[in-house]
Amino acid sequence: MVDVRSGIGEALPPPEVEDVELYHPHSWWTRYVFSQDAKIIAIQYGTTAIAIGMVALALSWLIRLQLGFPGTFELIDAERYYQFITMHGMIMVIYLLTALFLGGFGNYLIPLMVGARDMVFPYANMLSYWIYLLAVLVLAASFFTPGGPTGAGWTLYPPQAVLSGTPGGRDWGIIMMLSSLIIFIIGFTMGGLNYVVTVLQGRARGMTLMRLPLTVWGIFTATVMALLAFPALFVACVMMLFDRLLGTSFFMPAIVEMGEQLQHGGGSPILFQHLFWFFGHPEVYIVALPAFGIVSDLISTHARKNIFGYRMMVWAIVVIGGLSFIVWAHHMYVSGMNPYFGFFFATTTLIIAVPTAIKVYNWVLTLWRGNIHLTLPMLFALAFIVTFVNGGLTGLFLGNVVVDVPLSDTMFVVAHFHMVMGVAPIMVIFGAIYHWYPKITGRMLNEAMGQIHFWISFIGAYAIFFPMHYLGLIGVPRRYHELGEASFVSTSIAELNAFISVMALLVGAAQILFLFNLVWSLRHGREAGGNPWRATTLEWQTPETPPAHGNWGKELPVVYRWAYDYSVPGAPEDFIPQNQPTPGRLSHEAAS
Amino acid sequence: MSAPIKNPAAETVPRQPGLAGLAADWASDQRTFKDVSWGKAMMWIFLLSDTFVFGCFLIAYMAARMSTAVPWPNPSEVFALEIGGTHMPLILIAIMTFVLISSSGTMAMAVNYGYRRDRRKTAALMLLTALFGAAFVGMQAFEWSKLIAEGVRPWANPWGAAQFGSSFFMITGFHGTHVTFGVIFLLIIARKVWRGDFETERPGFFTSRKGRYEIVEITGLYWHFVDLVWVFIFAFFYLW
Repeated sequence: MVDVRSGIGEALPPPEVEDVELYHPHSWWTRYVFSQDAKIIAIQYGTTAIAIGMVALALSWLIRLQLGFPGTFELIDAERYYQFITMHGMIMVIYLLTALFLGGFGNYLIPLMVGARDMVFPYANMLSYWIYLLAVLVLAASFFTPGGPTGAGWTLYPPQAVLSGTPGGRDWGIIMMLSSLIIFIIGFTMGGLNYVVTVLQGRARGMTLMRLPLTVWGIFTATVMALLAFPALFVACVMMLFDRLLGTSFFMPAIVEMGEQLQHGGGSPILFQHLFWFFGHPEVYIVALPAFGIVSDLISTHARKNIFGYRMMVWAIVVIGGLSFIVWAHHMYVSGMNPYFGFFFATTTLIIAVPTAIKVYNWVLTLWRGNIHLTLPMLFALAFIVTFVNGGLTGLFLGNVVVDVPLSDTMFVVAHFHMVMGVAPIMVIFGAIYHWYPKITGRMLNEAMGQIHFWISFIGAYAIFFPMHYLGLIGVPRRYHELGEASFVSTSIAELNAFISVMALLVGAAQILFLFNLVWSLRHGREAGGNPWRATTLEWQTPETPPAHGNWGKELPVVYRWAYDYSVPGAPEDFIPQNQPTPGRLSHEAAS
Repeated sequence: MSAPIKNPAAETVPRQPGLAGLAADWASDQRTFKDVSWGKAMMWIFLLSDTFVFGCFLIAYMAARMSTAVPWPNPSEVFALEIGGTHMPLILIAIMTFVLISSSGTMAMAVNYGYRRDRRKTAALMLLTALFGAAFVGMQAFEWSKLIAEGVRPWANPWGAAQFGSSFFMITGFHGTHVTFGVIFLLIIARKVWRGDFETERPGFFTSRKGRYEIVEITGLYWHFVDLVWVFIFAFFYLW
């Protein structure tokens, strides 16, 4: 299982392709703004994603203020509330998580980790970012259009999404949203092709697929999935745009609105749900798989131990990726589709628990008797495992049709997906930023601020989302602007809601501390050196930190071993970099 | 640009045929697809993604057609023409299909002459392919204007289910856009071939990378794909 070969006397394959021609920037503009260097593009992607993510964070505050203290804030009327939840969801899922994992970490880490000078098509990579920025701007612009952004809920279900009862339905909101998604998909495709081809065709000598760090495996598989899943969203957006602008009836049945028979007729709203969730379910794993990969590397590095069951981890990623394309209709148990479909999709959904459980066991077994350093990346990695197990377990409830039907459209669902694809991947993003910030900037993030950030975020997230499961179980519905007096739930839920809201404000504030840390440490952080975590993967072995244009100086690295040679018995150090031919002094030499 | 490290033992390792070779390629370093350049790999993966786009369009259209309660217009009659007093069902579509399939033939020949570095013939055949493509788009424009004149709109048509017009304009429009982009690419690449860019290794305007004759083949991959998609549209939209 352990893929280690000593380089000496070993047949090392000759280079198959000549070294690439890199674009060399001549001015400040081409170096830092219209840059074709994947590392700069990664920072541009990351900054933009975090910036729009802060908008979504502020929206979540407004949502919680309304839910915790209904009627107190006149600003948040029912229309605005729906606009806020819609934009919060869409921004977080697509414009923050997808863009940050694939466009941000993918761009920075793939070329460095596979030992390439850059992505294979730097120009298309640059275009990818600028088109993504355009998509973000179109989305943000919808706040300033007449009628405001769409309030259709992030799933944008027709027919309500394009009707006058929904904010933005007959105004600009839905048009801007659909256009922004179409632009995003075009831009993402350019980047995604880059990531896939770089991993498949641009690796260093000696870097086999089974020596790739799991981070690359996660991002690679997620990108392949995105390239196959986004087309469904693209088609759904185009069709709904036509329904809204041209008056076609792809998704629109015959409808009477405000006592008036609309021109539409004969369309199928369920068709949209199928198209949307054919994208939407893989999307969950497009966000989760990079997180799985990154967290594996964080745990292995900070526990100074090789990842347990590397090959199983790789195959689990691939199998999860494949299975996630045949589970989409478990989001549609209450849509009125054929019950036999529910049976099929419940089965496939529960089968996904198997490879996922393999991954969780392997993370725990990697920790077992490891030399665990409770660094900030490790803390966030541990928080991820706990949170992911929690969210995964409630997924078993929602995956079963009979249990899902009473729970659907309650706060239980909100709690479930926030745990599993909100909090859990965000924990990994934080861990990854604390882990790779020293490589990106050359300085460590401040530890004290990081500890405060971690504990408030971790405990706070549980204070927010644990009670929400309970609210859902007793029947509090989601997407209600104000519950008012309901006979089926006790009035005491108001206090719980207020508590959740206060916690949400606090956790949000902790993120501002994190952003301050990012900026403060740029100048005042401790000097990191080239390899502060004593990690094995190639990005820590660059001649310069931060890595220069072209990454590797004159000589491309040659890879001799897998990414997880930690605490190898007999080796002088407790890690052996992937590009080191021999373990260093062997044990018998050390003894003599 | 590092000098290749000499390792004769590795260089003489023969490539295995069949499944063992496939496994060896996937288990190897550097490249998974050994004889495939970056550009070609990118085009193949893009086409896979684009297949899903057209697949979704066609499946959505089929779902609409099968679930509609109103009768679906008969495509043979809708797309029939009166030529010289004779009523000919689907005649224009047949000619369009013939033109597009022929363009795939000229494209394949262009690829062949490209690898033989026959600049003139390559460029001429690419121009011919582009001409066929433009003719296809032109006939499509004629077809659209004829249907529009007969009262077909995206939201309604005189003969039955409204989704007929919606699907027709959406799917053929999206395919026609693909053909149009293909024609533009063909013209750009043909110009480069004609000028001898790939002989002189002139760097590209945007990418500043050296061009190679392989780009003719990559353009060809795209062109054949667009052609293949049309076959499915022809079968599922017009013949059904």
